[in-house]
Amino acid sequence: MEPVVMSPPAAALLDVAAGALLLTAVLVVWRRDLPTILRIFTAHGLALGALVGVLAWAQRSVELGLVTIGVLAVRGGLLPWLLRRALAGAGPARREVRPVVNVTASLLAVAALVLLAFSVSVPLVELGESPATRAVPVAVAVVLIGLLVLVTRRHTVSQLVGFLLVDNGITAAGFLTTSGIGLVVEVGVALDVLLAVLVLQVLAGRIRDTFGDVDLGELRELRDR
Amino acid sequence: MSALGVAGGVLQAVVIVGGAPLLLGLMRQVRARLEGRAGPGVGQPWRDLRKLVRKQSISPRGTTEVFRVAPVLLVAMTLVVAVVAPLVTTASAVPPVADLFVVVALLAHATVVIALAGLDSGTAFGGMGASREVTVLALVEPTALVAIFALSVPTGSTSLPTIVGTALDDPQRLISPASLLAAVALAAVIVAETGRLPVDNPSTHLELTMIHEAMVLEYAGPDLALVELGSAMRLSVYLGLFTSLFVPWGIATTASPLALALGVVALAVKVGVVGAGLAALEVFLAKLRLFRVPELLAGSFLLALLAVTTAYVLG
Repeated sequence: MEPVVMSPPAAALLDVAAGALLLTAVLVVWRRDLPTILRIFTAHGLALGALVGVLAWAQRSVELGLVTIGVLAVRGGLLPWLLRRALAGAGPARREVRPVVNVTASLLAVAALVLLAFSVSVPLVELGESPATRAVPVAVAVVLIGLLVLVTRRHTVSQLVGFLLVDNGITAAGFLTTSGIGLVVEVGVALDVLLAVLVLQVLAGRIRDTFGDVDLGELRELRDR
Repeated sequence: MSALGVAGGVLQAVVIVGGAPLLLGLMRQVRARLEGRAGPGVGQPWRDLRKLVRKQSISPRGTTEVFRVAPVLLVAMTLVVAVVAPLVTTASAVPPVADLFVVVALLAHATVVIALAGLDSGTAFGGMGASREVTVLALVEPTALVAIFALSVPTGSTSLPTIVGTALDDPQRLISPASLLAAVALAAVIVAETGRLPVDNPSTHLELTMIHEAMVLEYAGPDLALVELGSAMRLSVYLGLFTSLFVPWGIATTASPLALALGVVALAVKVGVVGAGLAALEVFLAKLRLFRVPELLAGSFLLALLAVTTAYVLG
Protein backbone atom coordinates (compact mmCIF):
# COMPACT_ATOMS: atom_id res chain seq x y z
CA MET A 1 0.00 0.00 0.00
CA GLU A 2 1.47 3.35 -0.95
CA PRO A 3 1.24 6.06 1.73
CA VAL A 4 -1.54 8.56 1.20
CA VAL A 5 -0.29 12.02 0.29
CA MET A 6 -2.11 14.62 2.41
CA SER A 7 -2.33 18.37 2.09
CA PRO A 8 -1.10 20.27 5.21
CA PRO A 9 -4.61 21.46 6.25
CA ALA A 10 -5.94 17.89 6.00
CA ALA A 11 -3.04 16.61 8.08
CA ALA A 12 -3.69 19.31 10.70
CA LEU A 13 -7.40 18.46 10.83
CA LEU A 14 -6.55 14.77 11.17
CA ASP A 15 -4.26 15.59 14.11
CA VAL A 16 -7.03 17.62 15.77
CA ALA A 17 -9.56 14.79 15.31
CA ALA A 18 -7.04 12.34 16.81
CA GLY A 19 -6.40 14.74 19.71
CA ALA A 20 -10.15 15.07 20.34
CA LEU A 21 -10.43 11.26 20.31
CA LEU A 22 -7.76 10.99 23.01
CA LEU A 23 -9.12 13.91 25.06
CA THR A 24 -12.67 12.52 25.16
CA ALA A 25 -11.39 9.04 26.10
CA VAL A 26 -9.46 10.57 29.03
CA LEU A 27 -12.49 12.63 30.08
CA VAL A 28 -14.58 9.43 30.29
CA VAL A 29 -12.14 8.16 32.93
CA TRP A 30 -12.05 11.53 34.67
CA ARG A 31 -15.77 12.10 35.20
CA ARG A 32 -18.06 10.15 37.50
CA ASP A 33 -21.66 11.03 36.66
CA LEU A 34 -23.02 8.85 33.92
CA PRO A 35 -25.11 11.41 31.93
CA THR A 36 -21.92 13.49 31.48
CA ILE A 37 -19.96 10.37 30.51
CA LEU A 38 -22.57 9.61 27.85
CA ARG A 39 -22.32 13.17 26.48
CA ILE A 40 -18.53 12.82 26.32
CA PHE A 41 -18.96 9.43 24.64
CA THR A 42 -21.17 11.07 22.00
CA ALA A 43 -18.39 13.59 21.37
CA HIS A 44 -15.97 10.65 21.10
CA GLY A 45 -18.13 9.06 18.38
CA LEU A 46 -18.35 12.38 16.53
CA ALA A 47 -14.55 12.78 16.73
CA LEU A 48 -14.18 9.31 15.20
CA GLY A 49 -16.61 10.32 12.46
CA ALA A 50 -14.59 13.50 11.85
CA LEU A 51 -11.40 11.42 11.64
CA VAL A 52 -12.89 9.18 8.94
CA GLY A 53 -14.34 12.25 7.23
CA VAL A 54 -10.91 13.89 7.01
CA LEU A 55 -9.46 10.66 5.57
CA ALA A 56 -12.29 10.56 2.99
CA TRP A 57 -11.65 14.18 2.06
CA ALA A 58 -7.87 13.63 1.79
CA GLN A 59 -8.32 10.62 -0.50
CA ARG A 60 -11.28 12.10 -2.40
CA SER A 61 -13.03 8.75 -1.85
CA VAL A 62 -16.83 8.59 -2.22
CA GLU A 63 -16.95 5.19 -0.54
CA LEU A 64 -15.15 6.51 2.55
CA GLY A 65 -17.54 9.48 2.49
CA LEU A 66 -20.48 7.07 2.74
CA VAL A 67 -18.70 5.22 5.55
CA THR A 68 -18.25 8.59 7.33
CA ILE A 69 -22.01 9.16 7.28
CA GLY A 70 -22.52 5.65 8.62
CA VAL A 71 -19.93 6.10 11.41
CA LEU A 72 -21.44 9.45 12.43
CA ALA A 73 -24.96 7.99 12.48
CA VAL A 74 -24.10 4.80 14.37
CA ARG A 75 -21.36 5.97 16.77
CA GLY A 76 -22.42 9.57 17.22
CA GLY A 77 -26.18 8.99 17.26
CA LEU A 78 -27.54 5.48 17.56
CA LEU A 79 -25.15 3.96 20.13
CA PRO A 80 -25.24 6.94 22.55
CA TRP A 81 -29.05 6.92 22.24
CA LEU A 82 -29.16 3.23 23.12
CA LEU A 83 -26.84 3.86 26.09
CA ARG A 84 -29.06 6.70 27.32
CA ARG A 85 -32.02 4.32 27.15
CA ALA A 86 -30.03 1.68 29.03
CA LEU A 87 -29.18 4.31 31.68
CA ALA A 88 -32.82 5.38 31.98
CA GLY A 89 -33.77 1.74 32.49
CA ALA A 90 -30.97 1.10 34.96
CA GLY A 91 -32.66 2.55 37.99
CA PRO A 92 -31.84 5.61 40.09
CA ALA A 93 -28.02 5.20 40.19
CA ARG A 94 -26.64 8.09 38.10
CA ARG A 95 -23.03 7.99 39.25
CA GLU A 96 -20.13 5.61 39.24
CA VAL A 97 -20.11 5.52 43.03
CA ARG A 98 -17.10 3.40 43.89
CA PRO A 99 -15.01 2.18 40.96
CA VAL A 100 -12.66 -0.76 41.64
CA VAL A 101 -9.69 1.60 41.34
CA ASN A 102 -10.25 5.20 42.49
CA VAL A 103 -10.32 7.96 39.90
CA THR A 104 -6.93 9.50 40.76
CA ALA A 105 -5.20 6.13 40.48
CA SER A 106 -6.98 5.28 37.23
CA LEU A 107 -5.92 8.65 35.78
CA LEU A 108 -2.31 7.81 36.59
CA ALA A 109 -2.89 4.37 35.05
CA VAL A 110 -4.19 6.11 31.92
CA ALA A 111 -0.98 8.14 31.75
CA ALA A 112 1.06 4.92 31.92
CA LEU A 113 -1.16 3.20 29.33
CA VAL A 114 -0.89 6.08 26.89
CA LEU A 115 2.90 6.11 27.20
CA LEU A 116 2.86 2.31 26.69
CA ALA A 117 0.65 2.67 23.60
CA PHE A 118 2.90 5.36 22.18
CA SER A 119 6.04 3.32 22.72
CA VAL A 120 4.72 -0.01 21.38
CA SER A 121 3.31 1.54 18.21
CA VAL A 122 6.63 3.07 17.15
CA PRO A 123 7.31 0.12 14.75
CA LEU A 124 3.80 0.52 13.28
CA VAL A 125 4.45 4.17 12.53
CA GLU A 126 7.83 3.37 10.97
CA LEU A 127 6.16 1.03 8.44
CA GLY A 128 4.89 3.98 6.45
CA GLU A 129 5.51 7.50 7.62
CA SER A 130 2.39 9.57 6.85
CA PRO A 131 0.06 11.84 8.87
CA ALA A 132 -2.46 8.98 9.12
CA THR A 133 -0.02 6.40 10.48
CA ARG A 134 1.44 8.95 12.90
CA ALA A 135 -2.02 9.10 14.54
CA VAL A 136 -2.13 5.29 15.04
CA PRO A 137 -0.61 5.48 18.58
CA VAL A 138 -3.62 7.56 19.63
CA ALA A 139 -6.00 4.83 18.42
CA VAL A 140 -4.00 2.17 20.31
CA ALA A 141 -4.11 4.38 23.43
CA VAL A 142 -7.91 4.67 23.11
CA VAL A 143 -8.19 0.84 22.96
CA LEU A 144 -6.15 0.52 26.18
CA ILE A 145 -8.14 3.25 27.95
CA GLY A 146 -11.36 1.45 26.95
CA LEU A 147 -10.02 -1.79 28.42
CA LEU A 148 -9.16 0.05 31.65
CA VAL A 149 -12.71 1.44 31.89
CA LEU A 150 -14.06 -2.04 31.18
CA VAL A 151 -12.17 -3.69 34.04
CA THR A 152 -12.28 -0.96 36.69
CA ARG A 153 -15.90 0.23 36.56
CA ARG A 154 -18.85 -1.47 38.23
CA HIS A 155 -21.92 0.15 36.69
CA THR A 156 -23.17 -1.76 33.63
CA VAL A 157 -23.55 1.42 31.56
CA SER A 158 -19.93 2.48 32.25
CA GLN A 159 -18.82 -1.01 31.25
CA LEU A 160 -20.76 -0.65 28.00
CA VAL A 161 -19.00 2.68 27.42
CA GLY A 162 -15.65 0.94 28.02
CA PHE A 163 -16.53 -1.79 25.51
CA LEU A 164 -17.54 0.79 22.91
CA LEU A 165 -14.35 2.81 23.54
CA VAL A 166 -12.33 -0.32 22.72
CA ASP A 167 -14.35 -0.77 19.55
CA ASN A 168 -14.01 2.89 18.55
CA GLY A 169 -10.25 2.62 19.07
CA ILE A 170 -10.01 -0.50 16.90
CA THR A 171 -12.10 1.16 14.19
CA ALA A 172 -9.89 4.26 14.27
CA ALA A 173 -6.74 2.12 14.06
CA GLY A 174 -8.28 0.22 11.11
CA PHE A 175 -9.04 3.37 9.14
CA LEU A 176 -5.70 4.99 9.94
CA THR A 177 -3.58 1.98 8.89
CA THR A 178 -5.48 0.66 5.89
CA SER A 179 -7.03 3.86 4.46
CA GLY A 180 -10.47 2.22 4.23
CA ILE A 181 -11.43 -1.40 4.81
CA GLY A 182 -14.35 -1.47 2.43
CA LEU A 183 -17.97 -0.50 2.89
CA VAL A 184 -19.25 -4.06 3.39
CA VAL A 185 -16.77 -4.88 6.16
CA GLU A 186 -17.47 -1.61 7.96
CA VAL A 187 -21.24 -2.13 7.78
CA GLY A 188 -20.78 -5.68 9.08
CA VAL A 189 -18.66 -4.49 12.02
CA ALA A 190 -21.14 -1.71 12.83
CA LEU A 191 -24.05 -4.18 12.86
CA ASP A 192 -22.04 -6.55 15.06
CA VAL A 193 -21.35 -3.83 17.61
CA LEU A 194 -24.97 -2.72 17.50
CA LEU A 195 -26.12 -6.27 18.17
CA ALA A 196 -23.64 -6.66 21.05
CA VAL A 197 -24.90 -3.44 22.65
CA LEU A 198 -28.53 -4.50 22.26
CA VAL A 199 -27.79 -7.89 23.87
CA LEU A 200 -25.85 -6.26 26.71
CA GLN A 201 -28.66 -3.75 27.22
CA VAL A 202 -31.19 -6.58 27.57
CA LEU A 203 -28.75 -8.37 29.88
CA ALA A 204 -28.42 -5.22 32.04
CA GLY A 205 -32.22 -5.02 32.23
CA ARG A 206 -32.40 -8.66 33.34
CA ILE A 207 -29.70 -8.10 35.98
CA ARG A 208 -31.68 -5.17 37.37
CA ASP A 209 -34.94 -7.11 37.34
CA THR A 210 -33.31 -9.94 39.29
CA PHE A 211 -31.16 -8.00 41.77
CA GLY A 212 -32.74 -4.55 41.79
CA ASP A 213 -29.36 -2.99 40.97
CA VAL A 214 -26.91 -2.77 38.10
CA ASP A 215 -23.76 -2.73 40.21
CA LEU A 216 -21.71 -5.61 38.86
CA GLY A 217 -19.66 -5.72 42.07
CA GLU A 218 -22.66 -7.45 43.63
CA LEU A 219 -22.29 -10.36 41.23
CA ARG A 220 -19.19 -11.64 43.00
CA GLU A 221 -21.31 -13.51 45.53
CA LEU A 222 -22.84 -15.60 42.77
CA ARG A 223 -19.46 -16.80 41.55
CA ASP A 224 -18.15 -17.70 44.95
CA ARG A 225 -20.88 -20.23 45.71
CA MET B 1 16.36 44.87 25.46
CA SER B 2 14.42 46.35 22.56
CA ALA B 3 12.23 49.47 22.32
CA LEU B 4 9.24 47.21 21.76
CA GLY B 5 10.05 45.22 24.89
CA VAL B 6 10.45 48.33 27.07
CA ALA B 7 7.26 49.93 25.76
CA GLY B 8 5.42 46.66 26.28
CA GLY B 9 6.80 46.27 29.80
CA VAL B 10 5.66 49.73 30.89
CA LEU B 11 2.27 49.39 29.22
CA GLN B 12 1.68 45.91 30.66
CA ALA B 13 2.48 47.05 34.19
CA VAL B 14 0.02 49.95 33.88
CA VAL B 15 -2.69 47.85 32.23
CA ILE B 16 -2.43 44.95 34.68
CA VAL B 17 -2.33 47.10 37.83
CA GLY B 18 -5.11 49.37 36.60
CA GLY B 19 -7.20 46.67 34.95
CA ALA B 20 -6.94 43.77 37.42
CA PRO B 21 -9.49 45.17 39.92
CA LEU B 22 -11.76 46.09 37.00
CA LEU B 23 -11.55 42.48 35.74
CA LEU B 24 -12.51 41.26 39.21
CA GLY B 25 -15.39 43.75 39.23
CA LEU B 26 -16.51 42.61 35.79
CA MET B 27 -16.48 38.95 36.89
CA ARG B 28 -18.48 39.72 40.04
CA GLN B 29 -20.92 41.84 38.02
CA VAL B 30 -21.46 39.05 35.46
CA ARG B 31 -22.07 36.61 38.26
CA ALA B 32 -24.46 38.97 40.07
CA ARG B 33 -26.51 39.58 36.92
CA LEU B 34 -26.77 35.87 36.15
CA GLU B 35 -27.95 35.25 39.70
CA GLY B 36 -30.62 37.94 39.35
CA ARG B 37 -28.92 40.57 41.53
CA ALA B 38 -28.21 44.15 40.48
CA GLY B 39 -24.51 43.86 41.39
CA PRO B 40 -22.23 46.56 42.82
CA GLY B 41 -20.79 47.69 39.47
CA VAL B 42 -17.48 47.09 37.75
CA GLY B 43 -15.63 49.74 39.79
CA GLN B 44 -16.44 48.29 43.21
CA PRO B 45 -13.05 46.53 43.76
CA TRP B 46 -11.27 49.87 43.17
CA ARG B 47 -13.62 51.60 45.67
CA ASP B 48 -12.90 48.80 48.18
CA LEU B 49 -9.16 49.27 47.69
CA ARG B 50 -9.46 53.04 48.19
CA LYS B 51 -11.39 52.47 51.41
CA LEU B 52 -8.82 49.95 52.70
CA VAL B 53 -5.81 52.16 51.90
CA ARG B 54 -7.27 55.02 53.99
CA LYS B 55 -7.58 52.78 57.05
CA GLN B 56 -5.04 52.47 59.84
CA SER B 57 -2.38 49.80 59.38
CA ILE B 58 -2.51 47.17 62.13
CA SER B 59 -0.92 43.77 62.48
CA PRO B 60 -1.75 41.06 65.04
CA ARG B 61 0.40 40.78 68.15
CA GLY B 62 3.15 38.16 67.87
CA THR B 63 3.56 38.30 64.09
CA THR B 64 7.01 38.82 62.58
CA GLU B 65 8.38 40.66 59.56
CA VAL B 66 7.26 37.79 57.31
CA PHE B 67 3.67 38.82 57.89
CA ARG B 68 4.43 42.47 57.03
CA VAL B 69 6.52 41.97 53.88
CA ALA B 70 4.37 39.21 52.37
CA PRO B 71 1.77 41.52 50.72
CA VAL B 72 4.54 43.66 49.21
CA LEU B 73 6.35 40.57 47.89
CA LEU B 74 3.11 39.18 46.44
CA VAL B 75 2.45 42.37 44.48
CA ALA B 76 6.13 42.77 43.49
CA MET B 77 6.54 39.23 42.13
CA THR B 78 3.27 39.40 40.22
CA LEU B 79 4.31 42.80 38.86
CA VAL B 80 7.61 41.36 37.57
CA VAL B 81 5.68 38.68 35.68
CA ALA B 82 3.28 41.35 34.37
CA VAL B 83 6.24 43.38 33.06
CA VAL B 84 8.23 40.57 31.39
CA ALA B 85 5.52 38.20 30.07
CA PRO B 86 4.39 38.68 26.45
CA LEU B 87 0.93 40.17 27.03
CA VAL B 88 0.73 43.38 24.97
CA THR B 89 3.83 42.86 22.81
CA THR B 90 5.72 39.78 21.61
CA ALA B 91 9.01 41.19 22.91
CA SER B 92 9.97 41.24 26.56
CA ALA B 93 11.50 44.04 28.61
CA VAL B 94 13.91 41.57 30.29
CA PRO B 95 14.12 38.56 27.95
CA PRO B 96 16.02 36.18 30.31
CA VAL B 97 13.25 36.53 32.93
CA ALA B 98 10.48 35.83 30.38
CA ASP B 99 11.41 32.16 30.50
CA LEU B 100 8.69 29.60 31.15
CA PHE B 101 10.38 28.22 34.25
CA VAL B 102 11.14 31.66 35.75
CA VAL B 103 7.58 32.91 35.23
CA VAL B 104 5.94 29.82 36.75
CA ALA B 105 8.44 29.91 39.64
CA LEU B 106 7.69 33.58 40.34
CA LEU B 107 3.94 32.98 40.34
CA ALA B 108 4.30 29.95 42.64
CA HIS B 109 6.71 31.84 44.90
CA ALA B 110 4.10 34.56 45.47
CA THR B 111 1.70 31.86 46.72
CA VAL B 112 4.35 30.43 49.03
CA VAL B 113 5.02 33.88 50.53
CA ILE B 114 1.34 34.35 51.38
CA ALA B 115 1.19 30.80 52.80
CA LEU B 116 4.15 31.66 55.06
CA ALA B 117 2.34 34.79 56.22
CA GLY B 118 -0.71 32.66 57.00
CA LEU B 119 1.46 30.37 59.13
CA ASP B 120 3.14 33.38 60.76
CA SER B 121 -0.18 34.75 62.02
CA GLY B 122 -0.32 31.69 64.30
CA THR B 123 -4.10 31.29 64.11
CA ALA B 124 -5.82 27.99 63.36
CA PHE B 125 -7.39 29.31 60.18
CA GLY B 126 -4.13 30.76 58.88
CA GLY B 127 -2.36 27.41 59.30
CA MET B 128 -5.25 25.46 57.81
CA GLY B 129 -5.49 27.78 54.82
CA ALA B 130 -1.71 27.63 54.26
CA SER B 131 -1.74 23.84 54.43
CA ARG B 132 -4.55 23.62 51.88
CA GLU B 133 -3.03 26.23 49.58
CA VAL B 134 0.33 24.43 49.54
CA THR B 135 -1.41 21.11 48.84
CA VAL B 136 -3.11 22.62 45.81
CA LEU B 137 0.10 24.41 44.75
CA ALA B 138 2.15 21.19 44.90
CA LEU B 139 -0.27 19.57 42.45
CA VAL B 140 -0.70 22.63 40.24
CA GLU B 141 2.90 23.71 39.65
CA PRO B 142 4.06 20.60 37.73
CA THR B 143 0.91 20.77 35.62
CA ALA B 144 1.54 24.40 34.70
CA LEU B 145 5.17 23.67 33.80
CA VAL B 146 4.37 20.59 31.72
CA ALA B 147 1.39 22.23 29.95
CA ILE B 148 3.41 25.26 28.80
CA PHE B 149 6.35 22.95 28.05
CA ALA B 150 4.10 21.11 25.55
CA LEU B 151 3.76 24.40 23.68
CA SER B 152 7.49 24.97 23.72
CA VAL B 153 8.27 21.56 22.15
CA PRO B 154 7.56 22.59 18.52
CA THR B 155 9.34 25.92 19.10
CA GLY B 156 12.45 24.42 20.64
CA SER B 157 12.68 27.22 23.21
CA THR B 158 11.27 27.77 26.69
CA SER B 159 11.22 31.55 26.23
CA LEU B 160 7.59 32.75 26.34
CA PRO B 161 8.04 35.58 23.79
CA THR B 162 9.47 33.05 21.31
CA ILE B 163 6.56 30.65 21.89
CA VAL B 164 3.99 33.41 21.35
CA GLY B 165 5.91 34.82 18.37
CA THR B 166 6.09 31.50 16.51
CA ALA B 167 2.43 30.78 17.27
CA LEU B 168 1.62 34.12 15.66
CA ASP B 169 3.68 33.24 12.56
CA ASP B 170 2.20 29.76 12.27
CA PRO B 171 -1.41 29.79 13.58
CA GLN B 172 -1.97 26.22 12.39
CA ARG B 173 0.12 25.10 15.37
CA LEU B 174 -2.57 26.43 17.72
CA ILE B 175 -5.15 23.86 16.63
CA SER B 176 -2.80 20.91 17.07
CA PRO B 177 -3.84 18.20 19.57
CA ALA B 178 -0.95 19.11 21.88
CA SER B 179 -2.19 22.69 22.06
CA LEU B 180 -5.78 21.49 22.62
CA LEU B 181 -4.80 19.24 25.54
CA ALA B 182 -2.47 21.87 27.02
CA ALA B 183 -5.27 24.47 26.90
CA VAL B 184 -7.63 22.27 28.94
CA ALA B 185 -4.85 21.46 31.45
CA LEU B 186 -3.82 25.10 31.80
CA ALA B 187 -7.43 26.19 32.28
CA ALA B 188 -7.72 23.81 35.25
CA VAL B 189 -4.42 25.18 36.60
CA ILE B 190 -5.66 28.77 36.39
CA VAL B 191 -8.92 27.89 38.13
CA ALA B 192 -7.04 26.16 40.97
CA GLU B 193 -4.26 28.73 41.34
CA THR B 194 -6.46 31.81 41.40
CA GLY B 195 -8.90 30.26 43.87
CA ARG B 196 -11.99 30.14 41.66
CA LEU B 197 -14.83 27.62 41.70
CA PRO B 198 -14.87 24.60 41.82
CA VAL B 199 -11.58 24.50 43.79
CA ASP B 200 -12.15 27.48 46.08
CA ASN B 201 -15.07 29.83 46.43
CA PRO B 202 -13.81 33.41 46.04
CA SER B 203 -16.90 34.97 47.62
CA THR B 204 -17.19 32.80 50.72
CA HIS B 205 -16.25 33.66 54.26
CA LEU B 206 -17.30 30.30 55.62
CA GLU B 207 -14.18 29.26 57.49
CA LEU B 208 -14.36 25.52 57.02
CA THR B 209 -14.38 25.57 53.22
CA MET B 210 -12.15 28.46 52.30
CA ILE B 211 -8.56 28.15 51.12
CA HIS B 212 -7.20 31.53 50.04
CA GLU B 213 -9.41 33.63 52.32
CA ALA B 214 -8.33 31.60 55.37
CA MET B 215 -4.69 32.58 54.89
CA VAL B 216 -5.32 36.31 54.63
CA LEU B 217 -7.95 36.46 57.38
CA GLU B 218 -5.66 38.43 59.72
CA TYR B 219 -4.82 41.22 57.25
CA ALA B 220 -6.45 44.63 57.58
CA GLY B 221 -6.15 48.11 56.10
CA PRO B 222 -3.46 48.88 53.50
CA ASP B 223 -1.92 45.39 53.84
CA LEU B 224 -5.26 43.81 52.96
CA ALA B 225 -5.51 46.24 50.02
CA LEU B 226 -2.14 44.97 48.75
CA VAL B 227 -3.17 41.33 49.18
CA GLU B 228 -6.45 41.94 47.30
CA LEU B 229 -4.65 43.86 44.55
CA GLY B 230 -2.01 41.10 44.31
CA SER B 231 -4.66 38.38 44.00
CA ALA B 232 -6.52 40.34 41.33
CA MET B 233 -3.24 40.89 39.43
CA ARG B 234 -2.45 37.17 39.60
CA LEU B 235 -5.82 36.40 38.04
CA SER B 236 -5.24 38.93 35.25
CA VAL B 237 -1.66 37.74 34.61
CA TYR B 238 -2.76 34.09 34.42
CA LEU B 239 -5.66 34.90 32.08
CA GLY B 240 -3.39 37.19 30.04
CA LEU B 241 -0.78 34.44 29.66
CA PHE B 242 -3.50 31.95 28.71
CA THR B 243 -4.88 34.22 25.97
CA SER B 244 -1.38 35.10 24.71
CA LEU B 245 -0.46 31.42 24.42
CA PHE B 246 -3.66 30.16 22.80
CA VAL B 247 -5.25 33.23 21.13
CA PRO B 248 -2.24 35.44 20.31
CA TRP B 249 -3.95 37.57 17.66
CA GLY B 250 -3.82 41.34 18.11
CA ILE B 251 -0.59 41.26 20.13
CA ALA B 252 1.84 44.02 19.04
CA THR B 253 4.88 42.96 17.00
CA THR B 254 6.15 46.46 16.16
CA ALA B 255 6.74 49.46 18.42
CA SER B 256 4.44 51.83 16.50
CA PRO B 257 1.85 53.60 18.73
CA LEU B 258 -1.02 52.13 16.70
CA ALA B 259 0.20 48.55 17.13
CA LEU B 260 0.75 49.10 20.87
CA ALA B 261 -2.73 50.60 21.28
CA LEU B 262 -4.18 47.66 19.39
CA GLY B 263 -2.20 45.30 21.64
CA VAL B 264 -3.61 46.90 24.79
CA VAL B 265 -7.19 46.82 23.45
CA ALA B 266 -6.79 43.20 22.28
CA LEU B 267 -5.45 42.16 25.70
CA ALA B 268 -8.30 43.92 27.52
CA VAL B 269 -10.96 42.42 25.24
CA LYS B 270 -9.52 38.88 25.30
CA VAL B 271 -8.98 38.80 29.08
CA GLY B 272 -12.39 40.42 29.63
CA VAL B 273 -14.16 37.83 27.46
CA VAL B 274 -12.33 34.88 29.07
CA GLY B 275 -12.93 36.29 32.57
CA ALA B 276 -16.64 36.88 31.89
CA GLY B 277 -16.92 33.37 30.46
CA LEU B 278 -15.23 31.95 33.56
CA ALA B 279 -17.61 33.90 35.83
CA ALA B 280 -20.64 32.74 33.82
CA LEU B 281 -19.46 29.14 34.07
CA GLU B 282 -19.00 29.46 37.83
CA VAL B 283 -22.71 30.15 38.28
CA PHE B 284 -23.41 26.56 37.22
CA LEU B 285 -20.70 24.98 39.38
CA ALA B 286 -20.68 23.88 43.00
CA LYS B 287 -17.48 23.79 45.02
CA LEU B 288 -15.73 20.43 45.04
CA ARG B 289 -15.08 18.70 48.33
CA LEU B 290 -11.48 19.39 49.32
CA PHE B 291 -10.62 15.70 49.07
CA ARG B 292 -11.91 15.59 45.50
CA VAL B 293 -9.65 18.47 44.40
CA PRO B 294 -6.59 16.19 43.88
CA GLU B 295 -8.77 14.15 41.48
CA LEU B 296 -9.40 17.24 39.36
CA LEU B 297 -5.74 18.25 39.45
CA ALA B 298 -4.51 14.72 38.68
CA GLY B 299 -6.74 14.84 35.61
CA SER B 300 -5.27 18.15 34.49
CA PHE B 301 -1.73 16.86 35.08
CA LEU B 302 -2.54 13.83 32.93
CA LEU B 303 -3.79 16.09 30.14
CA ALA B 304 -0.61 18.17 30.36
CA LEU B 305 1.52 15.01 30.18
CA LEU B 306 -0.48 13.78 27.18
CA ALA B 307 0.01 17.18 25.57
CA VAL B 308 3.79 16.79 25.78
CA THR B 309 3.77 13.19 24.51
CA THR B 310 1.43 13.95 21.61
CA ALA B 311 3.59 16.97 20.78
CA TYR B 312 6.44 14.50 20.23
CA VAL B 313 4.37 11.74 18.56
CA LEU B 314 2.05 13.70 16.27
CA GLY B 315 4.55 16.51 15.74
